[in-house]
Amino acid sequence: MVTVRVFVNLKPSLLDSAGRTVTGALHKLQFDEVADARIGKTITLQMEKFDEERVKAMCAKLLANPVIEDYSYEVLN
Amino acid sequence: MKVAVIQFPGSNCDQDALYSLREDIGVAAEYVWHDSTSLVGFNAVFVPGGFTYGDYLRCGAMAATAPVMDEVRRFAREGRPVVGVCNGFQILCESHILPGALMQNVNQKFLGQDCYLKAINRTSPWTERVEGVVRIPIAHMEGRYVADAETLARLEGDGLVAFRYVSPTGELSEEWNPNGATNAIAGIVNDKGNVLGMMPHPERATRKLLGCDDGLAIMSAFRLLPVN
Repeated sequence: MVTVRVFVNLKPSLLDSAGRTVTGALHKLQFDEVADARIGKTITLQMEKFDEERVKAMCAKLLANPVIEDYSYEVLN
Repeated sequence: MKVAVIQFPGSNCDQDALYSLREDIGVAAEYVWHDSTSLVGFNAVFVPGGFTYGDYLRCGAMAATAPVMDEVRRFAREGRPVVGVCNGFQILCESHILPGALMQNVNQKFLGQDCYLKAINRTSPWTERVEGVVRIPIAHMEGRYVADAETLARLEGDGLVAFRYVSPTGELSEEWNPNGATNAIAGIVNDKGNVLGMMPHPERATRKLLGCDDGLAIMSAFRLLPVN
């Protein structure tokens, strides 16, 4: 089995209202060095074998919404 | 006219919709379960609000994969009437029946309140009877409409914006845009005008007993549309 970790994040041009609140909370805790925080999702897949085209297809069809989200992935042993 | 009210696990406005359609609009309406593969005998579809599949992954993303949605896509394509309200609007967007997406409200709060709408498009069956400003309730946390620049330009240019949030006197103002929707968009129609998606709930405003019957102007299309 191979582990594929898919990362889904809101497009940089879109307001991440939850991320903006987290940024504010970090500043309240005096982590002033944080300019911005954005919240994404990680989806960990266990696959029999890694097939790049299939992973891209599942990201585009279901795991991410291309209207608002970007995705990336990494393959782990 | 017989309307299919689609039920998914987690739908919670299905009973309101069925009641409104039967009792206030006066058309036949029946529930259709999400795993149904046929809409034979129905003339129109209402996709109600709720929290289908627990809003897992994204609101409406799981519902978009349900077997019945292939039939809803066919209805939309064939020009039959399809309305999605609240989570139903999110489901129509996730199903690529309507463009764009609904994101978390700008203030990150669940909003349960009345809002004021103005019909922008006046040529679709859903909007042609909506005069002036109407008061319709909203109840959502993910209602901020977004779309890419090209899609927005097409919606605005082709008159596909069905409703905008406005002030009680009809002015555009961010103060009266409850969720921060782009261009204060509360609802859109497809280019044929047979599909409407909107965040506010017209089916909750079809009799005075509920505080307001402004939703009749929208919902009565189900009775007045030609049956085919």
